[in-house]
Order: sequence, then structure tokens, then C-alpha cells
Amino acid sequence: MKIKNSNFSQKRRNFLVTSAGVSGAFVLGVTFKPDLTVAANNYGPELTHWILIDADETVTVRIARTELGQGTFTGLAQLVAEELECDWRNVKSEYADVNMHIHRDRIFKSMSTGGSRGIRDSQDYIRKAGAAARIMLIRAAAKRWNVPESECTTQNGVISNSLGKTITYGQIALSACEESIPTDISLKPVSGWTIMGTSPARFDIPEKTNGQQIYASDFLLPGMLHASILQCPVWGGTLKSVDETKISSLAGIKKIVKDQAWVAVIADNWWRANEALKLLPVSWNITDNQNVSSESISKLLRTGINDESSPVARENGNIKDAFQNAAQIVDAEYSSGYLNHATMEPQTTAALFTTERLDVWSGTQNGESTAAAAAETVGIDLKKVFVHKFHAGGGFGRRVAHQDFTKQAVKIARSLPGTPVRLQWSREEDMRHGKYRPVSLVKLKGALDREGNWLGWHVRQADQSIMITVRPSAIKDGVDPVNTRCFKDNPYTVSNYRNEYAMRNTHVPPGFWRAVAHTNNPFAREGFIDELAHAAKKDPYLFRRQYLQGTKDLDVLDAVAAAINWEQKPKAGFERGIAVVDAYGSYTASAVELSVDKDKKIDIRRVVVAINCGNVVHPDSVRGQIEGGVVWALSSLMHEEINIKDGKAVESNFTDYKVLKLAETPEVEAIVMPSGDFWGGVGEPPISSIIPAVANAIFQATGERVRQMPISKLGFSFRT
Amino acid sequence: MVCSLVRGDLKQVFSNKNGEKMVVLNVNGKKHRLDVEPEMPLLWALRDELKLTGTKYSCGVAACGACTVKINGNAVRSCVFPVSAAEKQEITTIEGLSADGKSHPLQKAWVKLQVPQCGYCQSGMLMTAAVLLEKSSNPSDQEINQAMQNICRCGTYVRVKKAIRMASEEA
Ligand code: FES
Ligand code: FES
Repeated sequence: MKIKNSNFSQKRRNFLVTSAGVSGAFVLGVTFKPDLTVAANNYGPELTHWILIDADETVTVRIARTELGQGTFTGLAQLVAEELECDWRNVKSEYADVNMHIHRDRIFKSMSTGGSRGIRDSQDYIRKAGAAARIMLIRAAAKRWNVPESECTTQNGVISNSLGKTITYGQIALSACEESIPTDISLKPVSGWTIMGTSPARFDIPEKTNGQQIYASDFLLPGMLHASILQCPVWGGTLKSVDETKISSLAGIKKIVKDQAWVAVIADNWWRANEALKLLPVSWNITDNQNVSSESISKLLRTGINDESSPVARENGNIKDAFQNAAQIVDAEYSSGYLNHATMEPQTTAALFTTERLDVWSGTQNGESTAAAAAETVGIDLKKVFVHKFHAGGGFGRRVAHQDFTKQAVKIARSLPGTPVRLQWSREEDMRHGKYRPVSLVKLKGALDREGNWLGWHVRQADQSIMITVRPSAIKDGVDPVNTRCFKDNPYTVSNYRNEYAMRNTHVPPGFWRAVAHTNNPFAREGFIDELAHAAKKDPYLFRRQYLQGTKDLDVLDAVAAAINWEQKPKAGFERGIAVVDAYGSYTASAVELSVDKDKKIDIRRVVVAINCGNVVHPDSVRGQIEGGVVWALSSLMHEEINIKDGKAVESNFTDYKVLKLAETPEVEAIVMPSGDFWGGVGEPPISSIIPAVANAIFQATGERVRQMPISKLGFSFRT
Repeated sequence: MVCSLVRGDLKQVFSNKNGEKMVVLNVNGKKHRLDVEPEMPLLWALRDELKLTGTKYSCGVAACGACTVKINGNAVRSCVFPVSAAEKQEITTIEGLSADGKSHPLQKAWVKLQVPQCGYCQSGMLMTAAVLLEKSSNPSDQEINQAMQNICRCGTYVRVKKAIRMASEEA
């Protein structure tokens, strides 16, 4: 099929306007007319489904993952551009259309943006797409010139042949679209990279400095209404009654929507909706869950810690013998509470329901899950759901697996067919209805011989399973594979080791969270390794070294020790801590230098974080993730906790759910040391070693072992 | 600097909306006449009425700074600042920080150091920092720490500090 250039471009413009949402529909005054003809077969001048090249040389890379601030919108384009050998200045990114994805049998593979997977899980097929497109361009040029392909070379978006002729990608792109997509692809070695491994300016930065970035919270359609929601404060309860008459005559109020466990008010302005909701008399049917409190949950975890028959997640050797032969036994318990994501943009989704289709606008971390949740909620064919993605105002795992806000938004929109309605959660709802990083209690017991050699290790975890709510089939023999991370895959070569997992679930909703189990588990593991080293009268760095021989963990550990000058004593009054954790396919270690005064004020002088994530696409973004990781780690270590009382969350806003602020944030020294032989994650791994490194330094400085987060409860604070 | 909303009888709030009460707001050098309740926080007048969505909602209780705007040279958390109090004041939002959206020294430093991550807190960060620099062109660490009470969950604080320094040196 031959299609003329102009024809194609025209079709493509239609496509963008009607299905991408971000390309014009939010402009005020533009009437939004859903075009039903779009989805099926109008994909534009594709060179593979990932790449479009226009006559003006613009290279558009489709991005299936979500930009959360981690740099994925730029990084994934770099992967493509490297193999494509185009001019980076001509590259732009756009979200892969979710509806198109569904129509084309999930052609963009995973749209999930969690688990630090954006780059590492996409890199292979994304780079191959870039390489395939380059071959298609060469083939088309070779045909036009009637020369062998082998005589054509590419550079910066220009193809040259041995006779000195040149043609740009933009000039040949339409012909290249007709070529079949090659499958036998080899990728460039690291040594050949010119775009990957560099830090071009991120695409999303300028609009994030002048208020022009449009989030799902900002997107507007003519006639759009605003909704605020109130959910049953005790999870598991249901809506009993509301007295609508109290608010229905207030200015701006359009509708009250009731559902099984929530009520929402729709108004012409979000503030009016929210104020009216505050005035609305609501009563709930509350279950026995109201008897649950942080104390009762602690008791429940205690039953797990005491349960001798807890399922075994991993076992090597025989711990019984080890403990029998021990000259010294060390034991300790580490605990931590529920944590909320508290994304700065509260959960927000807009929807427009008509009889023909359902449109959803969202900063989702997984466009496909959003579409599925929306379709299921209103019982519409998935192919009639159009999810329009925005960069998210923070994700941290809140907008991936759980699509509670999506389901609510489409129900609310369905109550006013033909009218777009945006549901915006208040901060209070966001705080009280999180999907929290669950509570955890870990009991660790170590056996040492007379010389301080480590003979055996017994770890029993008691916590609330995440996977039981997200994907129960992942749980094998009672062991949650997410919650046991860091213990099940512990890299220390202790010959006798047993990791048990006691699942103790509550009615409080758990979920993934930035670094999830790699926050509380490393806190316990690396804190305990320090305790062992101390009991063995060994240096905590050298003790770790002894049991990490031959691993990649060792390299990052050595790197931070060298950077902080571990061999030499720190400046008077300062002490150090160190920790090493591999997580999300990467290796990280942290070393910290701090002092603690008599009022337990902690002054962090240095934080050194090393990561080996295998390959680095955008070094500056990796450093940004490490800096952000330090903040995330310190925030959870010091401040954060959702407490439970009368079956509901106690905290309701940033007034009582404290998070780290600028004044408490130290300088960060990042060591990015890719070994080149694998692909690991970046967004989450550093967090895992930072938390215990700080805790271990606090012990060195004070003699007080911190075994409970947040440590503000123990009287600590950061000096500001 | 942060003004807290003294909320009257809420019924009063709503019954006031009878069309006669016009509020005149002077935003980024332009006058707007609004038919809204005097108690409506400025944030929602900006976002939902004037469609100036660069100013963000995050906490609604003056605890995070995402909604910070400049009023008569002060950094104000607009989520608790009633429009009635903002009337006839000179209001600058992120959209008005510079005429071209990129030439304020802070915007330049922000881009140079690639400060934003998700970006949601950044309008508030920039407006708070802009007021800080207007009051103290070469702020000490202590001044920066005290002024920058904005919450950033992505953890851009390290770069925010550096960028404020960079901008103050350039200005
Ligand atoms: S939204 Fe105003 S301070 Fe948080
Ligand atoms: S950049 Fe994401 S909250 Fe600050």
C-alpha cells in the first residue's frame, strides 16, 4: 500500500488529536468530539510500532511506561535513538496509546511502571526497535539508489552511500515504512554508545519550571465538573445513609453519588464539592474492624514471631546444629509501621462516559491496568476504553496495582453521561485510604563461635502480605515473595541459614511502595549484621566483607568504604555506619558519617551511596534517583508512620504524617559504577542500603541500637 | 507570611453566592472579575475559575507549600488564603514568574541543574524561592532552610538548594 506523505501526516494528526488527549483536547475552547474511527488501523508512518519519523525529521518515540520524575520519558527515547543513529535534537517522546495497545494485542508489552523496571525490562526490545528501524531506513535508501545495503552507512539521521550520496531519515521514512521489520538484530556494544550513557536535558523539565506541565489534576475539558470523595473511614465498612437535603441546594452542587463504601459530591469547582462533602451528614455500617488498633496489630505480629511452625522461605545447612555449637548467640527484633506514599499529587482521575465509549485521563503508573479497571467497573468492552496518560505527580507504587481511584472516577462519570468529571481526592482521603507499605516485625538470631565466626542465622518475619491482595497466586507455601525480599535472597554466605515467614494479615490495605520490603527488611538485616559484628568484636565493614566474597555486593561495599575513608578514623565527634543491599537487580551500598548530640539531634555530615545497576542510560537521572532515594530513606527512618486506631488511619495530612524537609536533607555523594554486564533498576535500590547505614552510624555514635522505625519515636531528630 | 483562613458559618459561605458579590483579582498583572464566595481559597479561584493550573493543590491546610503564590511580595499558601483577602492585592503565580516562562534566574538554574522530578511541588518551590531571593539576594544556608518549608516527596531538596545558590550568584 502506497500512501502519499501528506495523506499520512494528516491521518496522523487526526489520530493524535482524538486519541492522545494530551495533544490538544485539553485546550480550552476546543470541543471534545470523540472519534470512534480512530483506534482500529490508523497508526501513522511507523518504523516498528515504537517509532515514527516525519518528513521534517522529527523522530517520535512511543513510551509505554510512565514519567514519574525518574526520567523514563527521556531515557527510553535514548535507548531507541542510540540504535537508530538519528539526531538526538530531533527526538521527542509521546505516550504509547493505551487503546491502540489493546487493539494490537498488547503490542507495547508491559505498561507497568513499578519495581524499578522502566529501563531494565524495556531496554532489549526498545533498542531492537531502534536498530530495526535503522535497517528499514537503509533498505529503502539502498533500493532508491540501487546500491547494496552494505554500502550504506548512517549517522545523525542521515544515510550515506559509497558514492557520496546522502538522504535524510525524514526524506526516506515513508518508503522505509513499507519494508518488513527485520528480526535478526544485533545491538551496539557499550563502547559504541554516543547517546546512551550521556545526560541530555530531560524532555519534561522546562514545563515543570513554569507551570505549563499538565497533570491529570490540571487537564480541563469544556464543561468539566469536579468531584470530591469520602470513603468509609474504617476499611471494610459500607455506606448506610446520607442526608442529601443538607447540601443539595448549595451553590455549584450538581450531584451526589453513592456507592457501597463511599459517597462523592460533584460540583462546578472542586472546593465547592469538597466543602459540601464536609457538611454532608453520612453514616456508615462499621464492622468489627473498628476494634483493630496499632496495638492489636502488634500483638497479631507477635503471634507470628512466636509461631514455631512458620513456613520456610529459604533454608541452607542446619541452624539447629549451628546454635548448639555456638559460643555466643545474638538476637534482636526490628519493627516498622505502615507507610503511605503521600504523592504530592493526590489520587486524581477524570472520566467521560458516553454510550459509545469511556475516556479516562490519569497519571497512572500502568495505563493498561487503568483501562482494565475502568472497563470492568462499568461493564464496557475494553476496546471502547480510551486511557489518556499524563506524567504523574509522584507515583511510588500507589498508582500501579491498585486502581481504586480509577474505579471510583468512572462510576462517578457514569452518573452524568456526556459530562466529563474529574475526581480529585482530598489529602485527607489520600492519607487515610492509602495502600500502605505494611507493618513488619522481624526476629533475628545469630550464632557465633569463639573466634567470632558466623555459624548460623535464623530469621523469622511476621508481617502483612502484599501479594495476597494483589496477586494471591504468587504466594507459594504461605510465603509472600515480595515481603521476603532481602532475606530470601540474602547474599551472605553463612552456611546455616533459615528464613521463615509468618503471614499475619489485617484489614488495613497494603500495597507496593517505593522500595517496599527493601525498606524494613534491610533495616533489620543490615542492623543485625552490625550487631553480629559488634558481638564478634569485628569491624562491621570487614565482617560483611568476610561473608560476601566473590559477589558484586562486595564491589559497591568497597567503593563506599573507600570513599568515606573507612580505614581512617572520622573527624572527632563523628561516627560512621555502613550497609550493603542488592535490590531490584542492582547492587548498592551506603556509608554515612554523623554525630548525635545529647538531645539526640542527628547531624549527618556525609552520605555516600554507590550503585552498580549494570548499565547506565542517563547518569544524571541515576544521581537524581539516588538523591531522591536518600530523602525517601531518611523520611521513612525518621518520620513516617500511619497509626491505626478504632480500625482507621489516625494520620490525615502532612500535619501529622511528617515527611522529610529540605532543612533536614544532607549533601549526597553518589558513586555510579556500572559493570556493564547486566541491567538493574535504579529508582528504588539505593534506598535499601541508606536506611540501615544511618541506623548503624547512630549506634556507633550513641551506643543505642535503633530497632524501630520511625526513630522520632525514640526521641531522635535531624539537626536543621 | 502564611495567612490562615478564618472560616465563617459554612452555610453563609454558600448562600453568599447570589451573583452580586464580585471579587476582583489582580493576577500576573491582569484584572479578573470573579463571581465566587469570598471565603473560597485563592487556590481554587486560580485553578478552577481562572484556569491557572500551575499552582497546585496538595494538602489544603498550609502544610506543604505546593500552592504557594506571591502576594504583594510575600510567599502565601493560597489553599488557606480567602479570595476576599486577595482582592486588590498584587498576585503572582508561577505562570507570571517570568514573561517567557524561562528567563527568571531560578528557572534557568532549575533547568541547568535539572531540578524537578515529578514536578508537582515545583511551582510552589519556585515561588517560595523567588520571594526568598527578593528579600535576601544572597541567602545563607540557614535562610534557605527556613524559607524552603515546601514538601517534595521525590526528594529534589539537594538540587533545590544548589539551584537557589546558583540563581543567587547569577542575579
Ligand atoms: S496545598 Fe497549600 S500548603 Fe499544601
Ligand atoms: S518533584 Fe515530585 S514532589 Fe517534588
